[in-house]
Amino acid sequence: MRNTFDLIYLIPLLPLIGFLINGLARNVLSKTMVSIIGSGVIFLAFLLSVVVFMSIRGEGFIPQVISYFDFINVGKIKVSFAFQVDQLSSLFLLIITGVGFLIHVYSTSYMKEENAANFARYFSYLNLFVFSMLLLVLGANYVIMFIGWEGVGLCSYLLIGYWFKNTIYNNAAKKAFIMNRIGDLGFLLGIFWMINSLGSVSFQDLFNNENGIVNGISTLNTHTMVGITLLLFVGAIGKSAQIPLYTWLPDAMAGPTPVSALIHAATMVTAGIYMIARSNLMYTLAPTTMTVVAIVGLATAILGATIALKQNDIKKVLAYSTVSQLGYMFLGLGVGAYTGAVFHVMTHAFFKALLFLGAGSVIHAMGGGQDIRKMGGLSKHMRITYITFFIGCIAIAGIPPFSGFFSKDEILSGVFANNPVLYVIGLGGALLTAFYMFRLLAMTFMGKFRGTEEQLHHVHESPSAITVPLIILAFLSMVGGLVGIPAYLMSGGHKLGQFLDPIFLNSNAILAKYEIAHHTEWILTGVSTILILIVSLWAWKKYKNYQPETAEETGLAKVLQNKWYVDELYDAIIVRPLRSLSLFLNNVVERSGIDGLVNGVGKGINYGSRQIRLLQSGQVGAYILMMVIGTIVLFIIQMFAK
Amino acid sequence: MEIKWYIFLSVALFCIGIIGALTRRNAIIVFMCIELMLNSVNLLLVAFSKMHLSGMGAGFPQYATDAQLFVFFIMVVAAAEVSVGLAIIVMMYRNTHSIDINFLNRLKN
Amino acid sequence: MGTYITFPELLLWFPLVTGLIAFFIKEQKSVKAWALFSSLITLGISVVSLCYSDSTKYFSYNYVSYEWLKYIGSNFSVGLDGMGHMLTFLTALSFPIIFLATYKNDYKNANAFFGLMLLSQAGLIGVFVAIDALVFYFFWELALIPVYFLCSRWGGEKRIQATWKFFIYTFVSSLLMLVGIIYVYLQTQPAQFSEHSFSLIAFYNANISPGNQSWLFWLFFIAFAVKMPVFPFHTWQPDTYEQSPAPVTMVLSGIMVKMGVFAVIRWVLPIFPSAILKFDNIVIGLSIAGMLYASCIAMVQNDLKRLVAYSSIAHIGLMCAAIFTTNTTGMSGVMIQMLNHGINIIALWIVVDIIEKHTGIRKISELGGLAVHTPLLAIFFVVIALANIALPLTNAFIGEFAMFTGLYEYNAWYAALAGLSIILAAVYTLNMVQKVFYGEDNILTKVVSLVTVKQKIVLTVIVIFIFVLGVYPKPVFDLTKDTVTTILSHLRDPSSMGFK
Repeated sequence: MRNTFDLIYLIPLLPLIGFLINGLARNVLSKTMVSIIGSGVIFLAFLLSVVVFMSIRGEGFIPQVISYFDFINVGKIKVSFAFQVDQLSSLFLLIITGVGFLIHVYSTSYMKEENAANFARYFSYLNLFVFSMLLLVLGANYVIMFIGWEGVGLCSYLLIGYWFKNTIYNNAAKKAFIMNRIGDLGFLLGIFWMINSLGSVSFQDLFNNENGIVNGISTLNTHTMVGITLLLFVGAIGKSAQIPLYTWLPDAMAGPTPVSALIHAATMVTAGIYMIARSNLMYTLAPTTMTVVAIVGLATAILGATIALKQNDIKKVLAYSTVSQLGYMFLGLGVGAYTGAVFHVMTHAFFKALLFLGAGSVIHAMGGGQDIRKMGGLSKHMRITYITFFIGCIAIAGIPPFSGFFSKDEILSGVFANNPVLYVIGLGGALLTAFYMFRLLAMTFMGKFRGTEEQLHHVHESPSAITVPLIILAFLSMVGGLVGIPAYLMSGGHKLGQFLDPIFLNSNAILAKYEIAHHTEWILTGVSTILILIVSLWAWKKYKNYQPETAEETGLAKVLQNKWYVDELYDAIIVRPLRSLSLFLNNVVERSGIDGLVNGVGKGINYGSRQIRLLQSGQVGAYILMMVIGTIVLFIIQMFAK
Repeated sequence: MEIKWYIFLSVALFCIGIIGALTRRNAIIVFMCIELMLNSVNLLLVAFSKMHLSGMGAGFPQYATDAQLFVFFIMVVAAAEVSVGLAIIVMMYRNTHSIDINFLNRLKN
Repeated sequence: MGTYITFPELLLWFPLVTGLIAFFIKEQKSVKAWALFSSLITLGISVVSLCYSDSTKYFSYNYVSYEWLKYIGSNFSVGLDGMGHMLTFLTALSFPIIFLATYKNDYKNANAFFGLMLLSQAGLIGVFVAIDALVFYFFWELALIPVYFLCSRWGGEKRIQATWKFFIYTFVSSLLMLVGIIYVYLQTQPAQFSEHSFSLIAFYNANISPGNQSWLFWLFFIAFAVKMPVFPFHTWQPDTYEQSPAPVTMVLSGIMVKMGVFAVIRWVLPIFPSAILKFDNIVIGLSIAGMLYASCIAMVQNDLKRLVAYSSIAHIGLMCAAIFTTNTTGMSGVMIQMLNHGINIIALWIVVDIIEKHTGIRKISELGGLAVHTPLLAIFFVVIALANIALPLTNAFIGEFAMFTGLYEYNAWYAALAGLSIILAAVYTLNMVQKVFYGEDNILTKVVSLVTVKQKIVLTVIVIFIFVLGVYPKPVFDLTKDTVTTILSHLRDPSSMGFK
C-alpha cells in the first residue's frame, strides 16, 4: 500500500509538467501536440487518482500524510511540504482530474480557432489550474492548501482575462482576483491565529484522533475557535462566491466557456466547501460560526436564484445558478450535513459542468451569441446538446432519480432536522432553481428560432470532441446520485456516506442527532418533488413559445435584472471612496503636506541665506570694521568668561 | 625703561593703525596702516623678550630667544605680504584707474 | 581564524580597486566590460564565501581586524555573520544583474559612471561587513556619496532637484547618526589603547541609561528610517527613483534600502533594548500607516516608476514593522525578505526600464497592449509582479508569511490592518499589469522591439531564483538563523553575551 502513495506527488506534478511544456514550447508545438500533452497529463493524473481511490476504498484505511521537505520552518511556523491522503482528498482528486480531463478534451475542439501560441497558452493555464487545485486538496496543512488556494485564484485570473485585448474581460479578471484576495486575507489571518494559538497548521496535528481523544484544537476555548473558523469562512466566502463577495463570479463568465465549466462551476469555487469539510471538527465545535455559515449560505442561495430568474445571458443564468447552488452547499455545512454538502459538490460538478459545456456548445453553434432571447428552437438542430442539457436541467432541479435530487434532498433534510423555517426558505430556493432552469431550457431549445438568418444557417451539432464529454457527463448526472441513496429509500444505500464516514466521525459524534422519522422524510420528499415538477412544467409552458417582449421591465423584475444593484452599491460605498481617499492622500497629504514640509525647509534655508548675503556688501572698509568689532567682542567675552 | 612705556607705544601705534585702516579710502594708506599694526605687535614682542631676559621675567631665557626669532619670521612674512599686496593694488589701479577701496565692491554680485 | 579570514576583505577591496581603475578606462565598451567582469568576480568571491560560512558561529569565521585609529579606540574590523553573508551576496548578485540588464545603455563619461557604481558597491559591502561604528559610518557615506554624483550627473530632467532632496534627507539623517555614534562611544567601556571603543561589541555592552536610550534611539532610527524609507520620511524616494538613471535606481531600491533595514537590526536593536520595548508600538504603528498610505497612493499613480517606488515603500513598511515585533518569526521573515525584495524589485525596474527605453513613455495611461508584441516580456513582468504581491510559491510569499505571522504574534489587530495592504497591493499591481500589457496596442507601443539576449538571461535567472526560494527557502533561513537568535537573545537580556 505504501508504494501507491509514494507516487502521489505525480498527481499534481503531471499537470505541472504539462504546464511547463505547453508554456515554454508554445511557439514550437503544433495544436495537436498541445492537445495531446495538455489532456494526456490530466488523464494520467486521473488514472493515478483512480488507483489511489481504489486503495483507499477498503475498510479501516488510516489517513496518511506523506511529507517531502520542510517548507517553512522558522520561529513559530512549522510547515512541511506534505500531502494528505484520505477519503475526502481522494474523492476530490477524482472529481478534479475526471471532470478536468473531460473539459480538456472539450477544449481541444472549442478553442481550435485560436492560433497555436494562444492555444498552447490556454492549455498551459488550464494545466496550471489543475496543478493548483490538486495542491489545494492534497495539502496536508492549511499553508499548502493556501498555496493551491491562491494558485487557483491566479489561474482563474489568467483564464478570465485570456482574451487580454478586451478591457471588459480584463476588468472581470481583476475583479475576480481582488475579491478572492479579500477572502484570502481572512484565510491568512485564520492561519496566523492557528499558528499562534495552536503552534501547528497541519490537519493531523489539529484533528488527530487517537483513542477517541481529539488533540490540537481541543485545547482551544470556544471564543478562539469561533474566531478562527469565521476567518477561514471569510476565505471560503471569497473563493466560493458567497454574499458579500459573490459578484466576481458572474463577471468571470468573460472567460472561455470550458473555463467557466471547470473553474467557475465544477472545481475551484467548491474549494471553500472542501476547506470547511476538511476543518469540520473545528466548525462543529464553534456553533456560532455554523449558524453564520448556514445563514450566509441560505441567503446566497436565494439571492443567486432570484437574480437568475431574470438574466438573459445563457452563461450568466448558469453563473447565478452556481452561486445559488454553492449557497446550498454552505447551508448544508452550516447545519452539519457535511456528507450532504460534499455529495452536492460531486453531483454539482457533474451537472453544472454538463450545463456549462452544453451552453458552450450552443454558443459555438450560435457563432458566439449568448443572449437566450435571440435563440430558440435549437432542439431541432442540436439533438445531443439538447438531450444532455435537458438531463442537466432535471438533475439540477432535483427531480428524482437524477443526481441532484439525492444530494439536495440530503442537504434539505439536514436543514429540516435543524430548523424547519430554514427548510421552507431552502425549498423555496429549490423551486426557483427549477423555474429558471426550465426557463433557460425552453427559451434556448424550444419555440421558433429568433436569431439572424446567418446564424440559423450556421447552427449545427458540435463535433464529437464536444459531444462525447457531454454524453459522459450526462450519464454521470443521471446515475451519480445513486452512490448516496438515503436510508429511508434503501438501507445501506449511502455508499458515499459510508466512504466519507471516517472524515466526519468526530463531528457526527458531537453534533446532536436529529432523527427524522422515515415517514416524515417520505412526506417531505414527496411534497418537494411534486412542487418542483409543477414549477418546472409551469416554467416550461410559459417560455416554450417565448416571444421577445418590447416593454421595459418594471418593479421587482427590473431590480432583479440589475442584480439587486449590488455592483453599483459596492462601487458607491467602497471603490469610489477609496479612490477619493487615495487621490486626497496623493495630492494633498503627500504633495502639499509632507513634501511641502521638506521643500519648505529647503526654501526657508534658501531665503535665509539670501537675506544674510546682504551683509556682504563688498565694502572692504566694512569688512575691516566687522573684523575689529569681532575681535573686541571676543576680548570682552574672554574677560567676562574668566 | 619700564615695560609699560613699550606697551603704551605699541597700543598707540596699533590704534593709529586701526583708525587709519577704518577711515581712509586710499588703498595704499590702508595698506600702510595695516603694516603699522603689524609692526606695533613686533615691537611688543621684542619688548617682552627683553623683559624675560632680565628683570621681572628672568629665569625663562628660552622665551626670549624664541620671541626674537619670531620677529624675524614676521618681518619676512610681512615683506612677502607687502609685495603681494602692492601687486594687487597695482593691478587694481590698472583696471579701475583708482585706488579707492570703495570701488572694490565687485564681489557683492 | 583559519584561512578564510580574507573573505570580507576581498569582497570589500575588490570592487574598490576595480572601481578606481575604472576611472582610467576611457573607452565606453571596455569600461562596461571591465565593470561587468569585476562584478562577476565579486559575485564569485561571495559565492565561495557562502560555502565557507558557518551559520552557527556569530562572527567567529570571517572576522578580521586591523589597527586603524587605535588611540581613539577604533579598529578597522570587518566580519561576516549570516545576515552579512546574505546581504553581501545580494549586493554581489545585484551588480552583475544590473550591468547585464542595462548593458545597452550608453553614458557620457562612462568611465566615471562605472567607477562610481563600483565604488558604491564597495561602500555597500563595507556597510554590511563593518563591525566597528566608525568603519560603518565611513562606508555608509562611501555608499551614498557616489549616488549623489550618479544621480545629479546622469539623471533625468529634474535630477538636480531630486538629488538635492535626496542629499538633504540622507545627509541630515547621517549627521544625526554621527552624533548618536559619538554619544554612545562616550558611554563605552575602555579598550586597550583608549578610554572608549567604537567596536560593535563595545557598543552592544555600552552602559546607556533608559532615559538616554530614548533619544539616542530616535537619532539612529531616523537615520535608518530615511534610508528604508519609513513613512513619513519617504518623499525623497519617488523623486529620486524617478530621476535617477536606471542602474542607480536599481541599486538604490534593491540594496541601499536594505542598508536601512540591516542597520536597524545590527546597530539599533541590540544597543537600545529598553528604548525598543518602549517605542515598538509607535514604530510599528508608523510602519503600518505608511504601508497603507503608500499602497493608497500607488493606486492612483500614473507614472510607472513612481508606482513601483510607492509599492516598494509599502513593502519596506512591513519589514520595518516586522523588525520591531522582536520575535523570531517576524525577524526571520525580514531576513529572507531582504534578499527577496532586493531581487524582485531589481527585476521590476529592469522591466520598467526596458519599457521606457523602447516606448519612451512611462505614463501608464498611455501604454497598453504590450503583451501583443512582446509576450515574453509580459510573462516576465507578470511573474515578477506576482512575486511582488507575494503569491505563494514565489519567494516573497515566504517572507511576507513569516513577517505577518510575527506581526500577528505581536498584535493581531496590527496584522489585520497591515493585511489590508495585501488587497491594495493586488489592486495596484494588477491595474499596472492590465494597463501596460493588456488591452489594445497603440501607435507608441507598436514599436517595441524584443528584449535583448542579456536581458533574457538575467530575467530568466531572476525568475528561477524567485521560484526556487519560493519553494525551498530553508537555506536562507538556516543562514540567518543565528543572527536572529543572537540579536533577539541580546535584546531580551542585554547581560547575556550571546555573541563574540
